[in-house]
This record gives sequence, structure tokens and C-alpha cells, in this order.
Amino acid sequence: MASILELKRKSLQIRKELMTMIHAAKGGHTGGSLSNTDILTALYYEVMKHDPNRPKLPERDRFVASKGHCVESLWCILADLGYFPKEELSTFSQFGTRLIGHPNNKVPGVEMNTGALGHGLAVSVGMALAAKRDGNPYRVYCLMGDGEQAEGSVWEAAMAGAHYKLDNLVGIIDRNRLQISGSTEDVMALEPLDRKWEAFGWHVVTVDGHDYGELLKAFSSVPEAAGKPTLLLANTVKGKGVSFAENKPEWHHHVPNDEQLKQAHEEIDAELAALADEQERSGAHA
Amino acid sequence: MPNTIPNRQAMCETLLELAESSRDIMVLASDSRGSAAMAPFAKRFPEQFVETGIAEQNIVGIAAGLAHSGKTPFVTSPACFLSMRSIEQIKVDVAYSNTNVKLIGISGGISYGALGMSHHSVQDIAVTRAIPGLAVVLPADRHETKKMTRAIAEYEGGVYVRIGRNPVEDVYEEDDDREFVLGKAVRLKDGGDLTLIAAGETVRIALDAAKLLEQSGIQARVLNMHTIKPLDTEAIIAAAEETGAIITLEEHSVYGGLGAAVAEVTSQHCPVPLKILGIPDEPAIAGKTAEVFRHYGLSAENVKELAERLTSVKAR
Repeated sequence: MASILELKRKSLQIRKELMTMIHAAKGGHTGGSLSNTDILTALYYEVMKHDPNRPKLPERDRFVASKGHCVESLWCILADLGYFPKEELSTFSQFGTRLIGHPNNKVPGVEMNTGALGHGLAVSVGMALAAKRDGNPYRVYCLMGDGEQAEGSVWEAAMAGAHYKLDNLVGIIDRNRLQISGSTEDVMALEPLDRKWEAFGWHVVTVDGHDYGELLKAFSSVPEAAGKPTLLLANTVKGKGVSFAENKPEWHHHVPNDEQLKQAHEEIDAELAALADEQERSGAHA
Repeated sequence: MPNTIPNRQAMCETLLELAESSRDIMVLASDSRGSAAMAPFAKRFPEQFVETGIAEQNIVGIAAGLAHSGKTPFVTSPACFLSMRSIEQIKVDVAYSNTNVKLIGISGGISYGALGMSHHSVQDIAVTRAIPGLAVVLPADRHETKKMTRAIAEYEGGVYVRIGRNPVEDVYEEDDDREFVLGKAVRLKDGGDLTLIAAGETVRIALDAAKLLEQSGIQARVLNMHTIKPLDTEAIIAAAEETGAIITLEEHSVYGGLGAAVAEVTSQHCPVPLKILGIPDEPAIAGKTAEVFRHYGLSAENVKELAERLTSVKAR
């Protein structure tokens, strides 16, 4: 089991890599990838059963990126885990690449092609339903954006997930409160989001989406309510970890220039150094 | 005696047979198990049946998830909604993600005659055939529906099928031993003067027209183009080269359907006089199938007249 400090360190490395990748490609979804990096790190390095050497392992847990524009963090994580060679990250968004700007199932480790919002939860319901009907123990994790909640198809799938009592299904909302045009509440008010999901028959758990203690506790207690799908409402900060991108809607798909990349790396390096100190101290106390 | 078994019932019978030996055959319905004639399946195989309620986007997404998990889901939902409301799920979750989903558009074309344009599906072929990786099929009668159902269950990949609501007169004999091959047209009648190319419920009209033409000494070839995609271009080019004129018949807009597909081939490989018969660019008139077909010239008599004119043009 990975320690929380190790997960934190991993997520900082991923953030550094994704900034480099977006800078090199001169394109990408910076803000949203940074806001869900911790959620994906928790899932891929601790929570999910999966094997990079056997991406099609039948009993693997499934991850569906309904929020397909989180792909930058996903590519960095899959490469780090060995699903494909790390050098390939430099082809991100380049001519003819398979590492395109949304998940692409030509890449090992990707279950479904996504990108169009409001699709992933229905697909996840199908996967979870198949597991139930066949008596398979795997779980299905579906990451959605908060802006995505305005898609009606999300709620069709929410209804079906509860109707079929899919307690092997976990929906996660990256609740960073910003979408491309501004605040989610100004664009199309979502609140009270928790009560909406509860009303649709889901067991809702609200967590700090950057706090590994809270994330791991929530994931490990699934299903807290037998016969109910779980909705993890993860409060996050868009652009998390890069000061000038945090809580700025324009960083939805802003690209860092050379100067900004340097600053982002310095900030993350400082956090890595602080983490190393912390690790040393906790080691000394042990 | 006229046939009383609609194609949807023939499909259900075949799916019941297939499900006997495979628990991966699944049927999904969007409050449409009755109109899809799938109630017997739901009753016999409840663990292989999924009801999604009236939610056509959801039904396709769920089917894609089931297919991803090794199932062979047959989504049975009215063609008008399935091919329009869920088209993005069809494009992304089925075709692009390459999931083995069989999309069965029921009550297709102008089956719901008097219910209006909301319930007609005469753009479905145009829309679905433009999506890479999706096969598009219209069986001609109940016998072909049964063979096709088996064929697409075996075929690995997304398929859109359109079938009508009402029983259609048989095109094939009960004991016809021709195999159904996806992407391979069936030459129902030989002839060298012109070719009638049809799909779905218009195949019967083409055959009847060919019979009338025989009486006036014109030998029409009849092709049942049950698969619009992948298209049997060889059969079309051969028809153009060997017969010199083509009439297409379809229960679909004259834009983007079978006629357009044939024109795309002939105009680039072997241009010949071509007449596209179908529903014009307007909300289709209300009425029973035969009445609406006749109104738009989809009748044996009209096809005969057109054929006579076309063969005389060709002769000049």
C-alpha cells in the first residue's frame, strides 16, 4: 500500500509532466487536468485493481473518463505506470499520434473513447450492469466534470444506475466550480448538487478532492450503502498546484509560455522539497 | 395468403433461438419491448434483457458498456428516435469506441404513417452511413430478417438495422437457401435492359415492377441491396456496365440514402442514367405505407413507366 506521502509525491510529478506536455504541444486542458490529478492518482496508484502488463485483465476495475478532457493527467499516469513508453508523451497532440486530446482506446489502459460530455456514466452503467449480471466482482469508476452535469444524459444514466442497484459503480465529480465561460453557478446553476444526486437514488459522499486521507477513506468504504451506486462529490481547485492557474476559468485550456512553465516547475519542485523534508521527519520519528 | 408476421417478430424468434445457447445475447428496450415485439424475450430471458425507460441516449451508452464487457446487445428502439436522439452515442460510444452493439431501429421509415414527421425516420440511412465503422442494413422480409439477425450476431462490430412495423409480403421463399452475407447484394432477378436497386420494404415493389416490365419485353435486373454499408460496389458497377440504366427505390429521403450511395459509385466509375425514387425533401404525407409509397411513385406501375422511359433514353 502506497503511503499518502508517496501519493502526494507522485501527483506532483504528474503535475510537472503534464505542464511540460501541454507546453510542448502548445495545447491542452490545463486547469481541469490539474484539478483531478489527485483523484486519478488515488485511483491508479492505490484504489483500482489493474495490471499495466495485462490491460485487458477480465477482473480489472474499469475507469471511464467521461470528462475526457482530463486526458493530460491520464496520459502521464498511464505512461508512468508502464502502459506505454514514457517517451511517447512527447508526441501528445502531434500529427498522427495516438495520444490525442481525449482518451483513445488505441492506447493500452483506455477502456472507451470519450470527449463528448454526458456519455461516460451511461457506458459505466452498462459495464457495472454486465458485472452484476455475470457475478463479476470488478468495480467501475466514472470521472465527470461539474460543467458536464448540465448534460441531460448524465441524469438518464443516474436514474438507471440507481434503478439497477449498481453498488459496484462509483461516479466522481471533479467539482472545481469553474467551466470555460466562468462559474458553474453563473453558467447553469448546479447546486444543491449533492441533494440532486441523493434524490436520484445515489449514496453521496462529499470529500476534499486534494486530500488523500479523505479520498482513500471514501473509496475504501464503497459501497457504504448496499444496493446504491456511490457518488463522490470531490471539491477541487481548478488549476490546483500552479498558483497563477488556480481558480482561473481562462486556464481551462490556456497554455503556459516558457516563463510560466518555469514558474510552475519551480513551485512544484518547492512542494516536492517540502514533502521530502516531511518524509524525512516522519521517518526520523518512526 | 398474405404474410402476417412482421420482421420484428421474426427477429425476436431468432434472438430467442440465439439466446438459448448464448447468455451474452442481450436485448435492450426503451419502453419499446411491445412495439419491438421483444416481450417474449424479456419474459424468457429476464437476465439478458434490459429496460432503460424512455431514454434513447442512455440505451445506446448502456449497450456500449455491456458490449465492452463481452455482451452482444441488441438495442431495440424506434428508428426515428434511435437514429436521431442517440446519434452522438452511436458515433462515439459505438462506432468510434468500436463496441459490438446492434442498433435495431424499429417501426422505421414511414411505418408510423399518420403520426407525422416526428415519428418518421427517413434520414436515418443518410446519417448512419456517414459514420465510419458502422454497418447499415435493411432486410427485405421476415426470412431475410432471420438470416440477417444471425449474421449480425456473429459479426463483430456496430450495426444499424432498420425494420418496419407492419408485416411485409415475402420476397424470399421459406426454403430459399441463399446465405445472407453482410455487404453482398442479392441478385433476385437477372436482366440486361436496366437494373432496379432496392432495400428493405421497397424490394418487393422492385420485384413486382420487374414482372410488369417483362410483359412489355423489358428485362430488368433486380438487386436487393440489403446492406447499404459496406456497399456492394461491385454489384453496382456491374449493373451499370451490363444494363446501362438504374432506378433506385427506397423508403428514405432522396437525399443521402440508397440512391445517393449508388450515385456516388456510378458517377465516379461508370456514369449511366439514374433515377432515385424515395421520399422527397418534405415532411412525408400521412397515410398507410402503401398509400404513401404510391403517392411518391414507389409503386410497381410507376417504376414500370419510369423504366420504359429510361431504357428509351439509354437507347438514344
